[in-house]
Amino acid sequence: MDKVIIAENLSLAYSKDETIINKANFSIDSGSFVFITGASGSGKSTLLKSLYGALKPVEGSLVVGGVELRGVANSKLNFLRKHLGIVFQDYKLVKEWTIEKNIMLPLIINGYEKSITQSQVDSLLKHVRLKHQSGKYPLELSGGEQQRVAMARALAHNPILILADEPTGNLDDYSSQLIWNLLEGANEQLKTTVIVVTHHIPEAMKVEYKHYHIEFGDIHEVV
Amino acid sequence: MKSFKNHISLVIALVSILFSLQIFTIVDRAINAYKENLAKNYSLVVVSQKTFQSKEMLNKINQLAAIEELSPDSVIKKLNTGISKKNIQLLKLTLPKFYKFKLKIYPTPAELQKIKKQLLKYPYITKVETFSNTHDTTYKLLLLFKNVISVLAVSILLVTILLIFKELRIWQFKHNERMNIMGLFGAPTWLRSAVLFRLSIVDALIAFGISFVIFSYFASSSWVSEQFANIGISVVVFDKIYDSLIMLGVSVIVSILLASFIVLGHKEEV
Repeated sequence: MDKVIIAENLSLAYSKDETIINKANFSIDSGSFVFITGASGSGKSTLLKSLYGALKPVEGSLVVGGVELRGVANSKLNFLRKHLGIVFQDYKLVKEWTIEKNIMLPLIINGYEKSITQSQVDSLLKHVRLKHQSGKYPLELSGGEQQRVAMARALAHNPILILADEPTGNLDDYSSQLIWNLLEGANEQLKTTVIVVTHHIPEAMKVEYKHYHIEFGDIHEVV
Repeated sequence: MKSFKNHISLVIALVSILFSLQIFTIVDRAINAYKENLAKNYSLVVVSQKTFQSKEMLNKINQLAAIEELSPDSVIKKLNTGISKKNIQLLKLTLPKFYKFKLKIYPTPAELQKIKKQLLKYPYITKVETFSNTHDTTYKLLLLFKNVISVLAVSILLVTILLIFKELRIWQFKHNERMNIMGLFGAPTWLRSAVLFRLSIVDALIAFGISFVIFSYFASSSWVSEQFANIGISVVVFDKIYDSLIMLGVSVIVSILLASFIVLGHKEEV
């Protein structure tokens, strides 16, 4: 099976004195569903940041979607990010844009035609049950609704890899279930690789998944 | 209302830059027109032992516009207390020649001294009267006026630049978040900054429009023309083509620079 992520002796740090991930080795198969767990401050979000190139490896090698991220050039990083769908814990929606425009963002960046963009956004808004709110601005929505918008944005351009950081962190049951359904659907139907950083793995997972745990700067698979 | 707020601060800053620039231009034009006027009414008086070729003198000294010989009749008239006609003719021949030298420009005191020295190099020129006291006072008054306006314009410019830097920080804060988010989804720099550049160009056009309307009004105002007519000059307050192009250029360049500073200063959040 193809590997979508290969990490060899990967070390991540915010400063010279503070190494978060220390010489970790792991790989993730294309099309798999992966949970990464760990205690607070263990480095889960740091690892996720490194996967979309916001934090560059200080040592070792990290290849995502065929792109080596150590010392990667901006143009190559942009190319990789165009094919990723990222869901952030704090949603990261553009406040001055309507939710419709927020969902359009990856489609605009990827140069989709206007008609395709519109039909894709309409379909996603239906999936996240926000069709009636399409003209609203993010701050007019609840936290759960904002996270559903962020989810729709991550799925809009059919990415090869979805990276989700605590996607259901503080959400109500309805929004949480909707988000898990969308992530499972993308993995099952579109064969999209999904990596979710979380404290708790939901009990009723319908898809097969792998579980990695981060402890003391090391990443190991939980079998 | 939100959109209006987005634009107003940069527009105000740009309008004040365009205002100080145009006011400075108007004052500069008024001073030049006034100097031209003074030059027309100003002349040197040169005393020469013999008649000389005006053409040669005009060719040698660039600043000279025209040379006019002064008739000695008025001087002789004053002395005419029973002198015979024959003696008057004789007196006319022995009297030095008086010339009035018109200048092309209203010279600075230094230029005036230079012209005087050049003239005195001719052995037959015995005296050059520059009326330097009156000239220097008028010239210094003009210079003072110009300097005061320049200081005022520079002060406005400095305050405006401070205002723009404050605006820059606000813009940086406001646009950084959107640019960061776009960057996380792989948007190239030009796409991330497109909104910023569009906004700054719109603001530049609004500021230009406001200044254009105000100065067009001033230019057609009879009150403004009267003020210049009172000091005997006519000044182009606002050249709708030349001044407009300068204003538009300055406005667009300043706002594009502002947007570029934000783009260059943008750092991706980790």
